[in-house]
Amino acid sequence: MKHWTGFSIAAAVVLLAALLAARTIGNEYFFFAGYVVLQFIVLATAWNILGGYAGYVNFGSGAFFAAGAYSAVALIKIFNAPLAVQVLAAASVCGLLGLLVGALTMRLRGIFFSIATVAIAVICETLVVNWAFVGGARGTTVLQPEAPAFFESYTRLLFVVMTLLGILAVALARYIERSWIGRGLQAIRDNEEAAESVGVPTLKLKLFAAATSGSLMGVAGAPFPLYMNFIEPTSAFSLNYAVSALAMPIIGGTASWVGPIIGAVLLGSAQQIITVTVSSELNVLLVGVLLVTFVVIAPHGILGLLRRVFGRKYPG
Amino acid sequence: MKSTRRDLLFRACTIALATALAAFSTASRAQNRKPVRVGFSIAQTGPLSSAGKSGLLALQIWRDDVNARGGLLGRPVELVVYDDQSNPAMTPGIYTKLLDVDKVDLLVAPYATNPTAPIMPLVKQRDLLLIGNFALDANAQIRHDKYFNNQPWASARDSAAPFLELCRKLSAKTIAVLAADAEFAQNLAGGVRQGLKDYGLQSIYDANYPPSTIDFSSMVRAIRARKPDAVFVASYPSDSTAIIRAVSELGIGSSVKLFGGGMVGLQYASIMEALGSQLNGVVNYNTWAPEKTMDFPGVRDFLARYQVRARQANVDPLGFYLPPYDYAIGQLLEQAVTATRSLDHKVLASYLRESELKTIVGPVRYGPTGEWAKPRIVYVQFRDIADRNLEQFRSPGKQVIVAPEAFKTGEVLPFAQARQ
Amino acid sequence: MAELLIEAIVAGILLGCFYAAVSVGLSVAFGLLDVPHIAHPAFLILGAYAVYLLASYGADPLAAGLVLMPLFFALGVAVYRAYHVAFEKRGSGVDSGLRGLAFLFGVGFIVEVALILFFGVDQRMVDASYIGKSVAVGDFRIPVRMLVAFCLALLLTAALSLYLSRTFTGRAIKAVAQDQTALALMGADPVRIKQWAFGIAMATCAPAGALLIVVGPVEPGLGRLYIGRTFCVAVLAGLGSMKGTLAAGVILGVAESIVLTSLGPSWAPAAAFGILLLVLAVRPAGLFGR
Repeated sequence: MKHWTGFSIAAAVVLLAALLAARTIGNEYFFFAGYVVLQFIVLATAWNILGGYAGYVNFGSGAFFAAGAYSAVALIKIFNAPLAVQVLAAASVCGLLGLLVGALTMRLRGIFFSIATVAIAVICETLVVNWAFVGGARGTTVLQPEAPAFFESYTRLLFVVMTLLGILAVALARYIERSWIGRGLQAIRDNEEAAESVGVPTLKLKLFAAATSGSLMGVAGAPFPLYMNFIEPTSAFSLNYAVSALAMPIIGGTASWVGPIIGAVLLGSAQQIITVTVSSELNVLLVGVLLVTFVVIAPHGILGLLRRVFGRKYPG
Repeated sequence: MKSTRRDLLFRACTIALATALAAFSTASRAQNRKPVRVGFSIAQTGPLSSAGKSGLLALQIWRDDVNARGGLLGRPVELVVYDDQSNPAMTPGIYTKLLDVDKVDLLVAPYATNPTAPIMPLVKQRDLLLIGNFALDANAQIRHDKYFNNQPWASARDSAAPFLELCRKLSAKTIAVLAADAEFAQNLAGGVRQGLKDYGLQSIYDANYPPSTIDFSSMVRAIRARKPDAVFVASYPSDSTAIIRAVSELGIGSSVKLFGGGMVGLQYASIMEALGSQLNGVVNYNTWAPEKTMDFPGVRDFLARYQVRARQANVDPLGFYLPPYDYAIGQLLEQAVTATRSLDHKVLASYLRESELKTIVGPVRYGPTGEWAKPRIVYVQFRDIADRNLEQFRSPGKQVIVAPEAFKTGEVLPFAQARQ
Repeated sequence: MAELLIEAIVAGILLGCFYAAVSVGLSVAFGLLDVPHIAHPAFLILGAYAVYLLASYGADPLAAGLVLMPLFFALGVAVYRAYHVAFEKRGSGVDSGLRGLAFLFGVGFIVEVALILFFGVDQRMVDASYIGKSVAVGDFRIPVRMLVAFCLALLLTAALSLYLSRTFTGRAIKAVAQDQTALALMGADPVRIKQWAFGIAMATCAPAGALLIVVGPVEPGLGRLYIGRTFCVAVLAGLGSMKGTLAAGVILGVAESIVLTSLGPSWAPAAAFGILLLVLAVRPAGLFGR
């Protein structure tokens, strides 16, 4: 397990840095924006498990994200569940959702699978819009509880929580990538029929990837209602999440767990900076333009570019 | 190598220190002239933008008036404004930015109920003063004690009462309710739904639609099929336009005596002009109309000045709906700050709670939840409207005030009759 | 409420033909050419806005739609060239399929945002003599704009169907869908034919966009609602069949109309996607599929 020591040390350093930042940095907005970037690290990593490793392009990331958020809202309304319970619940619900989606659509290839994911996203949104308990189309407000003594504000707590979730998500992705599961998924991505014919349990692996991917997206969405103090379907199910979840791994590099992190940090930070300084439309345009550019020019993302420059130093 | 790096570091530190000292000294000198920053978001694009932009102009006129008088506490007033695109999802981020990045001194809420609801938890948590801008019942659940809404509704039930009274006057027994699934519409429709029994009305159709609905033909058909005596609609500008058009296209049935109620958008000049004769007979709420019962001191002056600037700024040319109230928001802040000589939110809040404030929309007193103690919402009936004529709305008689009694300038006519 | 149901069905048929008209371009691009053209709805909205621009100078919206066709044809050719050079030429692995899809997704996104930046998020409408009136047929009232959409839709699908079966290029397009290599062996250049076909598919976005803005107001985000509807129609039709597109459109229109009337408008968006999922699960080849 020696290739985990380096990772564990790095993870511990990151977590400590986050805790330190939560105590020292004065500007509240830093945490407001930073949370979004961390959230996208989880979302991009989650997308990559199914999209990058297995080659199944999910356009419905918004649905899983929102399903996680709404699971959390439902629990808050029912019995004011603590954050940890919300996250676990979101993980389970979205894992099941991922499994269901996988079972329904796994026979479909290419664009049909992707369109099916859009279909499921819209159906989920329609269900939520008609569910008055969580606010329906008008949405519902969520009050943040008192922050524990260590943290100046609840947003800072959420910032650290999301850092932890990010570390867990990346660790999971790294584990999958390096295990026989990852190799199986890669075989599926390269040539599914050939993989099946040599005995790779393609269906089980695909279902596993779909469930894990969905579950992590739900985890990314669970703290969202507390973070925003408010949730409503149109923004929760927004196609922007789907595009970002897809663009970030493609820009960073889909082949490894490092790619989504790079993509999320770069693109997420750029988006936050542009939203504050220029406008929110321009940042959506940025995502589209970068996506198109990278897909055409640098199909293996930034990782691929770095690999070309530095030789075989980075995984491909 | 090492010495050059150390050199560079030393030089960088000196520059940084010098800059910091310079900034600090300029800052302390400028403290007296530092502007009072009033921050808010307002709908400059999106369905609410027609009114939003007119409200912004009104606040800008107030800012110019106040600065001409020497500003607040001797300091110039500056407005820090963002466009929330009429979208409730944008306001939490914008208001966090206003507080943490722009560090404004005073807050005004976004225009309208939907974009305001999401920021209520934020202001309550940080215990800040918030002046509401046409948000209906936004504080009903949160119960924040520093929220003061500037609009002539007191509560949803109070707003619904005149419409229900009109139903009784026209001997309506059955009612159909159609409301958007959004904060304002649901609050208002809720007021109607609660009051039905008191006025002897029976609900024979009650539907909510998602705010993104574009086509209302099926709903209009369904309502028509049930032959109600009255139809209450609570909708937002694009839906209101679509519903009026659908009613003109498909007809609502001869049984209907009263149609309208809570349709936002039928007060905007651009929509009134575009719909023209399709508005005839519709009874709808309004906050101000050029009728003799609404002649508060100062309001005609303001509207004259507003209309001149509106033409140049290409915003709502009439300015009847939101501008007088947004100017009044400025007046509220000005009176509170000047009387208490403070920008402390707690002090300002208690002043606003206890005093009677003089504004161009009349004297204002606040109740315990931050709403006006006495409502002043009126219901108008559109009469004799011609197509493509904006100027006709400047004269009385086009929006006849039919309820409540205190402001009435005419008797309500049944829908079909006024339609001719 | 039988008469309400009949009214819903009639409205549904008219609506359905409209859906067929806006999906016919996708039937060609995706059905015949195998291009995962998820940006099709975005170009529909682009067409609608282009018509809006011309209409603001006084042009009739439907005429404007026809006039804009050559422009959109050229745009289609350009987009296809880019797509072909970037993805199809580099070999047909799963990877390039994913990237092609992501590329078109990004392009659609860019079109939508460009429209927001240029026109703002407000709704836009056009005015014409046939908008706002309705025709009384017995107890029912049928909006004239729906009748207009119905007629134009029929014309469009008929024209395209005839083109594909009667003209040389049309038949070449159908051939390229079936067997590219054989076509190449027969001396026709498959790439040029596909380019031409994609151009036609994009050209339909102009009159279809005109129909869109005649039927109701448009705003830049509207494309997202139509991803489901257009793909539902294209897939249900059986990829590449024009007759199928018409039939599928009507089925979707009637289904949506019935859902609207019985369950209400908050369930309507799910109708298209529900049908789509059903078709994909049961008979992916569609009604008239090859």
